[in-house]
Amino acid sequence: MSQNILVVAEVRGGAVKRPSLEAVAAATRLAARNGGKVIALAVGADLDAACATLATSGAHQVVAAESAALAKFSGDGNARVVAEQARAHGCGAVLMAHTAMGKDLLPRVAALLDTGLVSDVVDVDFANGAYTARKPVFAGKAFVQVRAARSPFVATLRPNNFEPVTGAAAPVSKVAAQAGDLMSVVKEIIAAASDKVPLQEAKVVVAGGRGLKEPQHFKLIEDLAAAFGPGVAAVGASRAVVDAGWRPHGEQVGQTGKVVAPPLYFAIGISGAIQHLAGMRTARTIVAINKDPEAPIFKVADFGIVGDAFEVVPALTEAIRQAVAAR
Amino acid sequence: MDIVVCVKRVPTSDTAVKIAADGKSFDPAGVQYELNAYDEFAIEQALQIKEKLGAGSVTVVTLGPKDAQKELRDALARGADKAVLLVTDKWVFDSWSAATVLANWIKTVPCQLVLCGRQAIDADNNQLPPRLAAMLGFGCVTEVGKLELADGVFTAERDIEGAREVVTCRTPAVISCQKGLNAPRFANLKGIMAAKKKPLDEVQAAMPEAAMVIESMSLPPARAAGRIVGNGADAVPALIAALRNEAKVL
Repeated sequence: MSQNILVVAEVRGGAVKRPSLEAVAAATRLAARNGGKVIALAVGADLDAACATLATSGAHQVVAAESAALAKFSGDGNARVVAEQARAHGCGAVLMAHTAMGKDLLPRVAALLDTGLVSDVVDVDFANGAYTARKPVFAGKAFVQVRAARSPFVATLRPNNFEPVTGAAAPVSKVAAQAGDLMSVVKEIIAAASDKVPLQEAKVVVAGGRGLKEPQHFKLIEDLAAAFGPGVAAVGASRAVVDAGWRPHGEQVGQTGKVVAPPLYFAIGISGAIQHLAGMRTARTIVAINKDPEAPIFKVADFGIVGDAFEVVPALTEAIRQAVAAR
Repeated sequence: MDIVVCVKRVPTSDTAVKIAADGKSFDPAGVQYELNAYDEFAIEQALQIKEKLGAGSVTVVTLGPKDAQKELRDALARGADKAVLLVTDKWVFDSWSAATVLANWIKTVPCQLVLCGRQAIDADNNQLPPRLAAMLGFGCVTEVGKLELADGVFTAERDIEGAREVVTCRTPAVISCQKGLNAPRFANLKGIMAAKKKPLDEVQAAMPEAAMVIESMSLPPARAAGRIVGNGADAVPALIAALRNEAKVL
């Protein structure tokens, strides 16, 4: 089997998502180790702009598998096309970003190829004829190093973890994809409010917990997030307040919510249960504000203020507003 | 509609993970277990669909140790009709193996819908539901936050990065359930008594060789200790200075 590496691109609104370019970059590193070629694959309709981006992303070859039926995405339809391309190019590895689409698509591809898959990969290597990868388990409380015992190697890669590269213009070829009889199809994509930053992409996360006492007091959290300016900060929440119905589960940070790793994380009125810490402990800088000086959150925080959130947060919000305005 | 719900017994989310002596697994000493949190939404969804249709069956299946009887009895007490325990002593990490065993079993029973939690919070593999779908030839929608069924077609909504997706899916289907899909019921006393008489079958699982082999497990580096910059609102200037000059994030 050849060592070619297939990277499945996520194309939305005609453009390639950045995590896909990161995946191509990771693939080029592997290709340098085993002498394979990196083939970037785009599936769907209106793929010209996406292919132009992929052509200079470090890939050796770009394939556009065109199908009007797959313009939006079908888990079963896209998987058939990807598996067929993996076979056609004799691929020893298939990679994609660990996004909502990647998590839906690649396990299906792995099943069609009757092989293993390692997900949410933070490091990947090829040595002594085998692929290895490192991934978090227990929401990052531990990591495992795994070796692929079946071929091809299939993996989804954690976003914001590999740096994209640029490469010489690669040739682009087009094939007609056979979508087949589709069982599941995306009908509609409803964009979130444009001023809302996705939690996992935010540069700053301001999270609140039970210490805020009442759901309406989350206004303090929202104001602090807004003080960073538009498109910078997102609001997060502890499991306790999500389970209490104060906040939507999409804001939950922790082992049964989202794992975030922003440059700056505020934990406000959050005691720091193990399951919460699992979701934010890799943030670069952690600030904790809590009345209880013994709260476990202070053990992981870089900077802490012991105090009442109702006094500290408004003062902090004003100070941040001034700091941002002065830039 | 005959519904199969796949569940998993996992270490509780407040478990402080320690590495076992073999360096390849977690140390089970002192670990408490519970039903995987996302699986509660799958069980509830199955019960609601059966109640709404007024017909069909709900079978809960797990691949796990004998102790997982406890989680299966809990599912029966909530209202599932029967439970099947595919017994294996070792912690199963590899999803290819797990899906192979589960899909082979599902093929032996009547089933038009498989419900799963969006992921198990131990291995965090995020891959069993679409794998089962491919192996069974079913449609699939993952991480579903809203689900409706009409004329044998599901309309599902799910959050993707910065947007919400509306997906239609024919039956037979595999649906993976996100937190918030429904409000799971607890077992009441009547349910707990009834569960004692419901069938819970045990079958020894024939585990294949893993496709992904764990070579080592390790803990992440500990964070360096931080410091308290002060008390109350008076400490805000010191915090701003620290964020600007030390962390360089302002």
